[in-house]
Amino acid sequence: MPKPMANTAEPIRELRLEGVTKRFPGVLACDDISMEVAAGEILALVGENGAGKTTLMNILMGLYQPDGGRILVNGREVRFRDPNDAFALGIGMVHQRFMLVPSMTVAENVALGSKDLHKFLRLDLAEARRRISEVSEHYGLSVQADAYVDQLSVGEQQRAELVKTLCFGARFLILDEPTSALTPQETDELIELLKRMAGEVSVIFISHKLNEVKALSHKVVVLRRGRVVFRGETADHSPADIAALMTGHEVVLPRNDCEDDCGKVLLSLRDLTVRSDRGHAALEKLSLEVRSGEILGLAGVSGNGQRELADTLAGLRKAEGGSVLLAGVELLGKSPREIIDAGFGYIPEDRHNEGIIPSFTVRENLALKDFAEPRFSAASFLKWKEIEKNAAELIERYDIRLSSSQVAAGSLSGGNIQKVILARELARKPKVLVAVYPTRGLDMGASEFIHTRLLELRRAGKGVLLISEELDELMNLSDRIAVIYKGSIVKILESGEATLSRLGVLMAGVEEVQA
Amino acid sequence: MTARFKFAYASAVVLAAAAAAVLVSALVLAAIGVEPFAVFAVILTEPLKDTFGITEILVRSTPLILVALGISIAFRSGVLNIGAEGQIIIGIAAATAVAVSFPGLPKPVLLPLTLLAGAAGGAVWGGIAGTLKAKRDVNEILSTVMLNYIAAQLYGFLLRGPMIDPEELTMGSGTPQSVRLPRAAWLDRLIPGTRLHAGLIIALVLAVLVYVLLWRTTAGFRLRAAGAEPKAARYAGIRVQRSIVAAMLLSGAFAGLAGAVELSGVHRRAIESISSGYGFSGIVVALFAGLNPALIPPAAFFFGLLLLGADMTQRSMSVPANMVYVLQGAIILAIVSAKAVLADQYAREKAYRLYGRIFDRRHPETP
Repeated sequence: MPKPMANTAEPIRELRLEGVTKRFPGVLACDDISMEVAAGEILALVGENGAGKTTLMNILMGLYQPDGGRILVNGREVRFRDPNDAFALGIGMVHQRFMLVPSMTVAENVALGSKDLHKFLRLDLAEARRRISEVSEHYGLSVQADAYVDQLSVGEQQRAELVKTLCFGARFLILDEPTSALTPQETDELIELLKRMAGEVSVIFISHKLNEVKALSHKVVVLRRGRVVFRGETADHSPADIAALMTGHEVVLPRNDCEDDCGKVLLSLRDLTVRSDRGHAALEKLSLEVRSGEILGLAGVSGNGQRELADTLAGLRKAEGGSVLLAGVELLGKSPREIIDAGFGYIPEDRHNEGIIPSFTVRENLALKDFAEPRFSAASFLKWKEIEKNAAELIERYDIRLSSSQVAAGSLSGGNIQKVILARELARKPKVLVAVYPTRGLDMGASEFIHTRLLELRRAGKGVLLISEELDELMNLSDRIAVIYKGSIVKILESGEATLSRLGVLMAGVEEVQA
Repeated sequence: MTARFKFAYASAVVLAAAAAAVLVSALVLAAIGVEPFAVFAVILTEPLKDTFGITEILVRSTPLILVALGISIAFRSGVLNIGAEGQIIIGIAAATAVAVSFPGLPKPVLLPLTLLAGAAGGAVWGGIAGTLKAKRDVNEILSTVMLNYIAAQLYGFLLRGPMIDPEELTMGSGTPQSVRLPRAAWLDRLIPGTRLHAGLIIALVLAVLVYVLLWRTTAGFRLRAAGAEPKAARYAGIRVQRSIVAAMLLSGAFAGLAGAVELSGVHRRAIESISSGYGFSGIVVALFAGLNPALIPPAAFFFGLLLLGADMTQRSMSVPANMVYVLQGAIILAIVSAKAVLADQYAREKAYRLYGRIFDRRHPETP
């Protein structure tokens, strides 16, 4: 064991929660939750967005006070009044959004958080470096102490955050969705690392990616709507079992297997050429067709022109050349409004700031594209009754969970925000829907909901252009998958031909050799 | 956390902010050697003691309401218009020019024409900043502040040159002021013997209309949407650039109208320093009212009271009337700080923990 550094508390042999309850206005975020973690154990805490995972961990870190129940460490009851109390016992949390100062080095970040390294008018960086190298050697966790945080990749930043937390003396780690921002390779590395660390540190691992849970954890606790619905040994249960417990029903990713004949071409892009913000070619003579009753997947590593393509289609970016025909009507040169009116639906990449106006109410957001239509206004005056009626209908039909149609849309969870956007776009009955990373960061329940709706659209004879990085999603839903690389389509595969490895090779820009 | 605790917390923050504003002002007053609370007493009570005082408060409230309405339209549309002062001045110049150019027109024609000219002048001045922002992404705070200086110099030039009263040149002292407006361009006085004029009614009617504009019309929806999140508004087909220009035109028009109303209701000729800082005080009023048109008239009354009270303390206690700007500054700081504190959820949690610890209640929520 490394000698405790900033921390002299006795090691945590067992941490136990008993009947922890936390209420927020109108919501029971944690309802009588009990669980325990032994030394050296990895416990996976899984549940959909909004199930209460993060609230529970904030209670454990002393950020929130529970309304009921107790926390016991080594059998003794403790009360955490703020995060310092939790730190003092050796509990540390790595948040979803890293808590590092980007313009400082890793060593400076460590020194900044260690009170004993604050010398008169300076930080004791030498000691910070020593602690970093000790921790990284001990756990095989390499990190450059003198690198500036904003120069590190996301994966490296996460390692820096882990090292920082360990340097503070934490031997009980809470990781809040640690893989959500990582690439597949970085995720594998993290899992290997945590496996090595298990035994010396205890970990609560929050996730809704079940293959990771399966690969890493000893025990699993499933939360649903604030309650523990399951706890058990991870090894005894399949990912599908756990998924069913999470959502409360069997999760079957809807497969696209109906044999509708793909009809006429709805959206046709010809030789589309677009420059990026920095002026270099983002799309080069890109050609693509989406037919009615078809989901066309667009696969590619992000940054290969997807964003520019989506912006150009929405009318927010000027094209240098080519044409975009929607049901035979040229869209290039048209205003966003004209494009919307031509029957173009859009789920933008940044759902928080492009899909909704966060400070507007849900009912205002649901009418965001139509408030000037006769349905919602007469002689320039808004018909609030109609706007409210529309909102009530859509909230019901799309199962949007909220306390009132008049809460700010920005206060909803990611899944519910996406439902608001989807409800608005689908209610407008678009001819073609372009969905950009529609399920990124969403839990399985919400993803499944969105997939179902996309398939319904397809069945109704509309065209869907699905831009995604999730290959499983693309392969499950798409009739054809086009691969974009450096602004051009390198290949279009029929759904039967697409395999993970084939897509991976194409996305990396490797030319396929014709057999 | 109980609703009662939340309410108490919010009230405590607001009260603490108010107390801080009072304390800062008191310290400044004490520093210039007067008894602070005696000054406050005079400022807050003296003007309310007779009809004259109340009418004078309303006289000052009128331009404040109009300016603040324009400011709330701009701020809600995401444009921080700091140029109301310049827009007022240009409005006065335009209104004067129109009124003295057509002295023969009957009142029902000339009066509206004069007021509209003022609004148009302010709209042009605001529109410059709006267009620069929309087309060239020029920061509107900088451009409106700079346009204030240009307007002030232009106005000084006009009053000393093309628009000066010819009589001042031939037999007067050369005071930079215009001729008196023709009577047909005057707003009527509401109570004989006081300066209270019909501009107040215009201001109150417009407050209702601005409320309706922002929350009941499609144009208001567009403005608010473009102001709240321009990116999402763009995706929804709203022309954000156009909305910025429209907001600045409207905001400038309100300031210009405030100038024209002040001109035709109170002074009836263009004189120097006619606006006396209404363009800046109007921003304070708008923020104090939370950018809500319904709350602007009462907020304007309060600041009208402060302005008049400060005048009175100058006379009765020889405290400089400019002290009122120290008060305004302290109030702005208090509002902004209180808003920042109330937006901080963690600060509230912390206060709640402290509350729980002080009263040593394990679960303050469960009775």
